[in-house]
Amino acid sequence: MKVRSYLALEGISVVFPTANGPFTAVENIDLSIEKGQFVALIGHSGCGKSTLLNVIAGLTKPARGVVFLDGETVDKPGPDRAVIFQDHSLLPWLTVEENVRLAVDKTMAGKSKAERKNWVHHNLELVHMTHAATKRPGEISGGMKQRVGIARAIAMQPRVLLMDEPFGALDALTRASLQDTVMEIQSQLHTTVVMITHDVDEAVLLADRVVMMTNGPAAGIGEDLPITLERPRNRIEAAELPEYNHARHAILHFLHQRYSNPLDEAA
Amino acid sequence: MSSSSVKLVETVAGMLPEHVSAPQSAKIIRHPSAPKEEVKASMPTPSAKARPVWLARISDFAATVLPSILLLVVLLGFWELACSGEEATLPSPSKIWTESHEVIVHPFKGVTFDTGGMHIQEGGDVGIAGHILTSLGRVAYGYGLSAIIGIALGVLIGQSRTAYRALDPFFQVLRTIPPLAWLPISLAIFQQAGPSAIFLIFITAIWPVILNTATGVQNIPPTYRNVAKVLALNPFEYFVKIMLPATVPYMFTGLRIGVGMSWLAIVAAEMVQGGTGIGFFIWDSYNSSLLTDTIVALVWIGMIGFALDRLVAFVGRRISRA
Repeated sequence: MKVRSYLALEGISVVFPTANGPFTAVENIDLSIEKGQFVALIGHSGCGKSTLLNVIAGLTKPARGVVFLDGETVDKPGPDRAVIFQDHSLLPWLTVEENVRLAVDKTMAGKSKAERKNWVHHNLELVHMTHAATKRPGEISGGMKQRVGIARAIAMQPRVLLMDEPFGALDALTRASLQDTVMEIQSQLHTTVVMITHDVDEAVLLADRVVMMTNGPAAGIGEDLPITLERPRNRIEAAELPEYNHARHAILHFLHQRYSNPLDEAA
Repeated sequence: MSSSSVKLVETVAGMLPEHVSAPQSAKIIRHPSAPKEEVKASMPTPSAKARPVWLARISDFAATVLPSILLLVVLLGFWELACSGEEATLPSPSKIWTESHEVIVHPFKGVTFDTGGMHIQEGGDVGIAGHILTSLGRVAYGYGLSAIIGIALGVLIGQSRTAYRALDPFFQVLRTIPPLAWLPISLAIFQQAGPSAIFLIFITAIWPVILNTATGVQNIPPTYRNVAKVLALNPFEYFVKIMLPATVPYMFTGLRIGVGMSWLAIVAAEMVQGGTGIGFFIWDSYNSSLLTDTIVALVWIGMIGFALDRLVAFVGRRISRA
């Protein structure tokens, strides 16, 4: 019997019913991710990256195939697979602290009130957001909201952290600072991470491995590139390393020559 | 019943200054003639620095209220002139003041307050405030029922597509029936004036509550549902922590329309069934050819209706902020 990886997708196909008949978003995907690995999923819009992430999260049911996490099958969503949504999806009527608190109360129900409070505080500290603990999402910037989104997710102590284009809506400078925060946290927690991104530099800088997806419909995995850059990584120093540029070129080549944007071709 | 109506009135009075202050603070920020930079800074304009804040507030308040007061004076003057002749069919303001003097200056006749709460004298001979309080008590019951049941039904049809398909057509038909049309049925079912008046208010006020709550539930952003799923919230936790707070603004839109409609319904109901209440007061004054009393009652009804609307809006704002 073969040994399964910590997170293993086996033969995953997702089919959506549409007005024009069934639409196969992703087909027959196998992906094995080791514990503590940081995997970036990259591909053009509409290639089914989010669909795949939702399958891991348990939010979308695959038509065929199974997801195994630590040997158990995944069939419904749960806090052991925390999701960081692109739109942060903080609850606007709760303060920053209460938003994280909601996740902590649910996942640490057995712990005392003081312990839970400390844990909320600790996680806000990790994302440098303790100063805004009593603010509401409407009162803080987009980058800060996403920091809180990260705090909420890691506060659940998930077995897998799923990030759905977490910084896609942010400007370049804010994005860079959040990427640094994510690297900082990852160096402490060594969580297993699956991150969707459109950003080649982000993928190379953050990930241990970049999984490139072919264009949909019936998208699959086109290439699987390990990034062996040493950690801790520094965006300025890394950009000068030949290894970094090699990886960058490989991804750009994949995205823009082998599988160029389907919308461009149509136009 | 009587103690709850007192509470209502007290809260109405307590909330008035809050409501009055709301538009004036909005005025400071959004004055159209103010230059853009000043709007952003809002505070350090030279004139604001020179004048104390309370003075600025008072003048701002005056600027908000003065146009309405001026218009009121002009209209009253016009009314007085137009209806001062011998043949005028509508009594002039001065005539109302003299003929309905007793009604205007002694609204609390027959109403006594003591440590045991409020007592309204039995029989018809009570002041207009006594009638209003009786009516408010009925509204409190009928509207309270429609709020609770309306929110429950709204959540049901908002959550379940099947329930929506089954119930929505009935709601759409029933909601167009005017309050007075329910009266015979209501009287036939309950046989008594009190419960049938409460039913009338209930059946009038419930539709906007149901429909707006349902819209609110249907419009909960899918990402909130995903958050709930990832956190594995159980249905009860989802209801309390996500659905209710996300729906509150819609709910209160419905509750606000509902309270207005319930106030409309109470007057209609009491006009026909008699006994007590502001609707009865109007009917009674009409039958006694005391048109001036009717006009006084209209003013009271308008003011109370306005206060009820503002009260519900205020509660809604408070809850969605909390």
